[in-house]
Amino acid sequence: MKEEQKMSKPILATTSLAGCFGCHMSILDIDERILQLIELVEFNKSPINDIKTFTKAVDIGIIEGGCCNSENVEILKYFRKNCKILISIGECAIMGGLPALRNGIPIEECIHEAYIGGPTVQLNKNHILPNDDELPMLLDRVYPCHEIVKIDYFLPGCPPQADLIWNALVALITGDPMKLPYEVIKFD
Amino acid sequence: MENTITNIIEKYNNDPLRLMDILIDIQENFGFIGNDAVKEIALALNMSEVDVEQTITFYHFLSTEPRGKYAIYLNNSVVSIMYGQKTIKATFEKEVGISFGQVTADGSIGLFDTACIGMNDQEPAAIINNHVFTKLTPYRVREIVKSMRQGKDMDELINESYGDGKNHLPSLKSMVSSNIRRKGMVLSDNYVYGSVTKLMLPNLSPEAVIQEIKTSHIRGRGGAGFPTGLKWEFCRRAKGDNHFVICNADEGEPGTFKDRVILTEKPELVFEGMVLAGYAIGSDEGILYLRYEYRYMKEYLEDVISTMLKNNLLGSNIAGIDGFNFDIRIQFGAGAYVCGEESALLESLEGKRGEPRDKPPFPVEKGYLNQPTIINNVETFATAVRIVENGGEWFTQFGTEDSTGTKILSISGDCLFPGVYEVNWGFNVNDMLDMVGAYDVQAVQVGGPSGTLIGPDEFHRTLGYSDLSTGGSMIIFGMQRNLLQDVVLNFMEFFIDESCGSCSTCRNMPHVLKNKLEKIINGKGVKGDLADLKEWSKVLNASRCGLGQTAANPIISSLKNFRHLYENLLQRDKEFDQGFDLITSVQRSCKYVKRVPKFHPIE
Repeated sequence: MKEEQKMSKPILATTSLAGCFGCHMSILDIDERILQLIELVEFNKSPINDIKTFTKAVDIGIIEGGCCNSENVEILKYFRKNCKILISIGECAIMGGLPALRNGIPIEECIHEAYIGGPTVQLNKNHILPNDDELPMLLDRVYPCHEIVKIDYFLPGCPPQADLIWNALVALITGDPMKLPYEVIKFD
Repeated sequence: MENTITNIIEKYNNDPLRLMDILIDIQENFGFIGNDAVKEIALALNMSEVDVEQTITFYHFLSTEPRGKYAIYLNNSVVSIMYGQKTIKATFEKEVGISFGQVTADGSIGLFDTACIGMNDQEPAAIINNHVFTKLTPYRVREIVKSMRQGKDMDELINESYGDGKNHLPSLKSMVSSNIRRKGMVLSDNYVYGSVTKLMLPNLSPEAVIQEIKTSHIRGRGGAGFPTGLKWEFCRRAKGDNHFVICNADEGEPGTFKDRVILTEKPELVFEGMVLAGYAIGSDEGILYLRYEYRYMKEYLEDVISTMLKNNLLGSNIAGIDGFNFDIRIQFGAGAYVCGEESALLESLEGKRGEPRDKPPFPVEKGYLNQPTIINNVETFATAVRIVENGGEWFTQFGTEDSTGTKILSISGDCLFPGVYEVNWGFNVNDMLDMVGAYDVQAVQVGGPSGTLIGPDEFHRTLGYSDLSTGGSMIIFGMQRNLLQDVVLNFMEFFIDESCGSCSTCRNMPHVLKNKLEKIINGKGVKGDLADLKEWSKVLNASRCGLGQTAANPIISSLKNFRHLYENLLQRDKEFDQGFDLITSVQRSCKYVKRVPKFHPIE
């Protein structure tokens, strides 16, 4: 960990982009340590407390999921702008994950399959393709976060184990070396 | 159709080891290898259909889809592009009315890219139905396409004179030129074919032959430089039911074409070298593994072999030596650079995908059919004859202490006289450039894409195993060339195309490196990218074979010797830029759903 000195009650923000919220579930899997966590950090923008916008400068931003649409990109850049440190957590943020399975298929085909051609499409008789300005725009492919903004740390896993997230956060906040026992980074 | 497939399979005695021959024959007869053919082959050879398919799909010139009555393979290697390949390609596309990678609707003409076809001294060149067309121009392309539209046969398509040397022979009738510009002991005309076999071999023991080779200190001419005498000795000592002599004529390294010239002008010398090797290691079977790009030599080389058989230079009791029998057959590849790697070559010889084997065991112990096998380059065998003729001691007077003898160079690119030059090892690059008429030289690629790119600062260096090692490919780039865009990027694409896909390092990392290189070329690079290129290249060392291990060499050596070219392209004001652009990346989906992209400012 390059952040050597101890932080004074750091501020934490989290978001889920093109992910399944599984990584956030894994954050909650730290169980009773969540009480310790709120002693250690102050939460800002996060689905956990439902704060929608940054209200102050943030120290640590945790990103779950990669970027599949324009909104993901805008939020990611918003995080980069407002957080000192960004951490990609989980397969989707780091490699694109399951959503990136569409990367081998042209985006036009994906949209067609979803709204017109797919076997489960029953009601869209007029073959409407969603194009309202309020909707996020789909990217040509799914991107991992570090292909869009600079990411400082990566916590792998699908999802990363609660202990891995906990150990990493504590190490980052206290400046102590990170504990990486085999159990928290084995994936089989 | 079925009958013919049956005939082809029977011609090779339903032998799974001859799968390559069967597939090549079917491809040539039908233009593709369809499902029915796969089923029939699998049944006849007692293999699974998947095994047949995986061999087909591995090789560039084999296809499960029709490739057209006239299949045009245009070389896309760097020198071809320097000599106008892009114009030729565009002319083909315009005249035929399809893009590369496609076949016309009537199935008559197919257009395909292909890697270096060994014609670097006469580019741009293409292979059309096993005939090589060199020095293409837009006018010639229009003529060729017109003739194809009229359904003319291949001989009528050719209206050029035949090339120099033996290319005019009825069994070759090729417009390829040999362009021999400097002769040494291998290319010289003062050797009487068969004289070593007939006059000397009966009085020499196999051990004595090996001793001469060892004394000469000759090292393998393919590029890796393993001492040939040791290889032969190890193989002779290795126990096995049979021993094999393989000649590696799969010269796929872009820029190399000297084996093509040796095999055109001096095939007898190469085959005689194989006979010597057979005698030395105790083998009675030799195989010439010839790249498919040189298929046009098939009839010619088979003629040479049958003449040698008639003259008792091959066959039974050769030169009257009781019990010394040796035969040579030609095995064709089907378009795969990696098959020049000796263990991949062995796999291909056995009818399989050309994926390198784990080593050890080395081929001298377990090679073809798991028997002791030597695999040597065309030039090594040819040189071996002159060594035995004149003695190993004589050979050491040529070249340098650690690199004895001569080396045949394939020189191409920006010079007045591209062609084949046989020089003594120890030649320096400055002399070489003066020899071939190359002025205002920006860089020289020594040893092909897997070798090194050097600039004028290093032109004093000498060719040899301890300094600039080369299998023979020398490509010269003049000042007008954009090294990163035209050369390094082209080489990276070559390695991506040619990876066998076995190791994940070589399957993936060249893509990653190429993307980064493109990003830098497109002006999106930042300083950190150069460090990434250098560090990430190291991952490739974990690959199983030389192809993977050297796949980053174009980047590593250009980064080392031409760092300023990279640095000039970097963005000075940015620390981070991955080249991602939101506006570009939403264009396609917005167009498809018919909406105007709108973006929100980031607060």
